[in-house]
Amino acid sequence: VIGRTIIAATRFLVGGHARWQGCAPEPRQRIYFASHSSHLDTVILWAALPPALRATTHPVAALDYWGKGPVRRHIATRVLNAVLVDRAARHDPLAPLTAALDKGHSLILFPEGTRGNATAPGPFKGGLHHLARDYPQVELVPVYLTNLARAYPKGAILPAPIVCTASFGAPLKRIDDEAKPLFLERARRAVAALGDTA
Amino acid sequence: MTDKMMILIGGAFALLGLASLIGFALSRSRPSETVTNLNARIKAWWMMVAVFAVAFVVGKQLTIALFALTSFYCLREFLSITPTRPEDHRAVAFAFYLFIPLQYWLIWDEWQTLFTILIPVWAFLLLPVLAVLKGETEDFMARTARIQWALMLTVFCISHAPALLILKIPGFTGQNFLLLFFLITVVQLSDVLQYVFGKLFGRHQVAPRVSPAKTWEGLIGGGLSAAAVGAALWWITPFAPWQAALMALAIVLAGFFGGLVLSAVKRSLGAKDWGTMIEGHGGVLDRMDSVSFAAPVFFHLTNYFFAT
Repeated sequence: VIGRTIIAATRFLVGGHARWQGCAPEPRQRIYFASHSSHLDTVILWAALPPALRATTHPVAALDYWGKGPVRRHIATRVLNAVLVDRAARHDPLAPLTAALDKGHSLILFPEGTRGNATAPGPFKGGLHHLARDYPQVELVPVYLTNLARAYPKGAILPAPIVCTASFGAPLKRIDDEAKPLFLERARRAVAALGDTA
Repeated sequence: MTDKMMILIGGAFALLGLASLIGFALSRSRPSETVTNLNARIKAWWMMVAVFAVAFVVGKQLTIALFALTSFYCLREFLSITPTRPEDHRAVAFAFYLFIPLQYWLIWDEWQTLFTILIPVWAFLLLPVLAVLKGETEDFMARTARIQWALMLTVFCISHAPALLILKIPGFTGQNFLLLFFLITVVQLSDVLQYVFGKLFGRHQVAPRVSPAKTWEGLIGGGLSAAAVGAALWWITPFAPWQAALMALAIVLAGFFGGLVLSAVKRSLGAKDWGTMIEGHGGVLDRMDSVSFAAPVFFHLTNYFFAT
């Protein structure tokens, strides 16, 4: 019921429809990596996926925001199906992510780590590289979210009704022995390129 | 009034029935992209007429609520493709959550003076204040102007259509819904007839870079026919036949220029349609562009010459 309410409110206020440009919504194991400008990103991307895929796709969400308070935590873990990551953890903050991938499930990742207000995504953190290296069979799908910084920027109380869309690009090709910074920059460009055509 | 309204809605359904039959025949005999689009449009028309009929039956409150919802979708479409900045969020949020409800509540409350100045005066002053507190000067005037324009066109202008319900016209008490019907019928028929005349006889474009589909032949043929229909509807209005004809003409011209101006705005933003909500028509604003110019013109002409 909460899930449906969230979907209905999302559609009414910010649309949140998907544009499958470079791939189709298939039940393959994937890591969707997206630009990050708002807490709504998680909800929009989740709502953009077809219901069949939502059950096995987990947004990766920050424990310090989504884990705060019983309501938010309930929405994050029960409704959005999220895995919560402790950004301040000393060792292996990726453990909950690899656990989900080991089950054959997919992930939604925001590799910038923090929310940015610019239209082009900022530099990516290394987690995506680790996962890509350790799970070579998983497709890496870039996603660009339009308008979110305008609809629900940092510090805003209510989202403004501006239509946001999620554009899904073609899966990132793997290059053997690619250095980490090169890989991360290539991944970032793949997201930014979707933003230019959106 | 109920009798008149029954005749009118019956007439609208009959007209649509005829259009559907023609559309069906065309899809059989010569199927094409244009015919598919035509049929999608006719289907959307059925929806819109049905909603209008229900609004009439239920009454003023539902009519106001429906127009408020229309404004909401139009404003959403407008701002979605308009480049504002994250720093404008507060102004945008106030436009949606304060000014739409307030503007329509003022109609509900029949507070005509405040209704007329709420957005041109109060929103005009408040919105830049909300934005300036964020301290971002980049593109400031253009950003502020965009939000003000969006609010004027999609909320202020469109709200003048349901505001016809609160005009006090001697000898016409309780029949104001017919004025709204008159406005919407003339505007929309004018759009349709201009399209048809343009397709059949269109040679000379009015403003090819703004809107290639708008031709002088379409404007004159479609506009005059719509004005003639308006004149023929004089019996549902407080106007004499010649007055109804002039009113319809004013509506047609305002509607035409509304379509043209919003088309230019849309193109300056690099879009072809305002949205995808109504199948075959594009967005809601693609259908309301002419109403947004025609409604205030018709409202004020009626108010000035006929209301107390």
